[in-house]
Amino acid sequence: MSRLNGNLALLLLLLLLLAVPLALMAGQVWIDPLGSPVRHAVPILMELRLPRTLLAAVLGAGLGGAGAAMQGYLRNPLADPGLFGVAPMAALGAVLSLFTGYAAQEFLLPAFALGGAALGMALLALIAGREGGLALFTLAGMMIASLAGALTSLAISLSPNPFAMSEIVTWLMGALADRGWHEVAIATPLTLAGLALLVLAGPALDALTLGEAAARSLGVRHGRLQALMIAGVGLVVGGGVAVAGIVGFVGLVVPHLVRPWTDQRPSALIAPSALAGALLVVVADALCRLVPLQGGELRLGIALSLIGAPFFLRLLVQLRREIA
Amino acid sequence: MMQLEARALFVRNRLHEVDFAPEPGRVTAILGCNGAGKSTLLTAMAGLLPGRGTNAVRLDGRLLARWSARDRARIIGYLPQSAEVAWNLSVRTLAGLGRLPHRAGLAVDEQAVAAALKALDLTHLADRAVHTLSGGERARALLARVLAGEPHWILADEPVASLDMAQARALLLRLRALAHDEGRGVLVVLHDLAQAMNHADAVIVLDHGVVVAQGPPEQALTAGLIRMVWGVDAQWLGEPGARALAVGEA
Repeated sequence: MSRLNGNLALLLLLLLLLAVPLALMAGQVWIDPLGSPVRHAVPILMELRLPRTLLAAVLGAGLGGAGAAMQGYLRNPLADPGLFGVAPMAALGAVLSLFTGYAAQEFLLPAFALGGAALGMALLALIAGREGGLALFTLAGMMIASLAGALTSLAISLSPNPFAMSEIVTWLMGALADRGWHEVAIATPLTLAGLALLVLAGPALDALTLGEAAARSLGVRHGRLQALMIAGVGLVVGGGVAVAGIVGFVGLVVPHLVRPWTDQRPSALIAPSALAGALLVVVADALCRLVPLQGGELRLGIALSLIGAPFFLRLLVQLRREIA
Repeated sequence: MMQLEARALFVRNRLHEVDFAPEPGRVTAILGCNGAGKSTLLTAMAGLLPGRGTNAVRLDGRLLARWSARDRARIIGYLPQSAEVAWNLSVRTLAGLGRLPHRAGLAVDEQAVAAALKALDLTHLADRAVHTLSGGERARALLARVLAGEPHWILADEPVASLDMAQARALLLRLRALAHDEGRGVLVVLHDLAQAMNHADAVIVLDHGVVVAQGPPEQALTAGLIRMVWGVDAQWLGEPGARALAVGEA
């Protein structure tokens, strides 16, 4: 069983290593190492495509891994890292920086977003408390999410000028266009730290498969698990939103696609989901660059939702059949 | 073998000054009406009751609350009433979850899991997905998870509630073998008095959080007690070991 999981991780890693160079080639200007030399190939690769592709991989890995952990934590295949309310809080932070104009300064937008994420995590920990059950925890997350959403809408409706409004709305859609090494430097350590915490939570998530009482009888301390989950998901999602805006569905869809190929333990799902998430976002982002669209390119958040929503519907229909 | 005992256990609105020391190597059944405090007593003995309730339960002479969660988990195995398995694990992987407090290394863990599956006659189902099992097989698989942890104490909350007569009997006989042959302490919440009479070595009867009887089932489960606690007139039929309860109107 552990060999199965190991093989899967290896396969996904190979696919990712294959996808990254292909993604580097793709874009408005095709760069083919074997074809005729392209003007400005080096700056295009080093300053535009490489950081962007790495960022896609980091973002996808974080969302995939966090999604797997969330589904394990809530024991629900429909859970998504966005449920904790951390992503909307991070988005609210970023929107406030755009609203106030601070975003014009480098690093301030991600800093605001991370502040929002931290506030969301703190609120969640405060409301759920040390011994709060999962239901309370989920509800707290949803309330924080809806509050952040309402405040974001408020910021949009009160935005001082149409320019700020359009900037906010565009940013909320989630994208990797025009991202550089700064963003890689912000998102990578946060995502890796978050994923490490989620991996630490793995055995406790496995125990939770049997319900909360059985998990506690197996030595799981719920307070510790909850802290690991809040910090892990918070770091991953906060870091991701800070650099790319809200990118949905990866955390929901990827663990689903991966689960049948593992022994189904939540802990066995985290690493393969991270790799598969990276693969999905790298490919999706490359495709975004290729789709001809007037006035720019297809935004990543929109593209992934376009793929993800039908998938989600299929999942619901499937679940309904299983229940019926 | 480590002693597990409750002295003057008090849980607000649930249990009143319960004194209880089940013996290792025996099957002890916790009996009573719905709401009598059976599950509360079991969770307290398992160290899973939040708050002060656990402060009266000692394992090996030391308050359960003082034990680290992991050390406690190695000694007390707890089977909750819910048969929930959130993901469609294989039977082997499910049983492997019982090794979480140990993680003694792959070889040792695999051996313990294999032994647990064998003890519950599940070896041929080891690679089957849990969600495809019958109720009886699933109940056995969940017990195998507890057994894989090699606990000194097995605490099970209505393990036979969803099983038919034959499967319930088979499971209780296995629990009995685990107690008598391997010296483990088995503490089990039961609803069926005849099951307790035939398979338990001792019973404790609760009524509104108070212990009303304790001891060997043949002595404790008298017609008078059954009338007092359950409010029915009943009479034991058959021979010891194969008792049946005839219930009339009160």
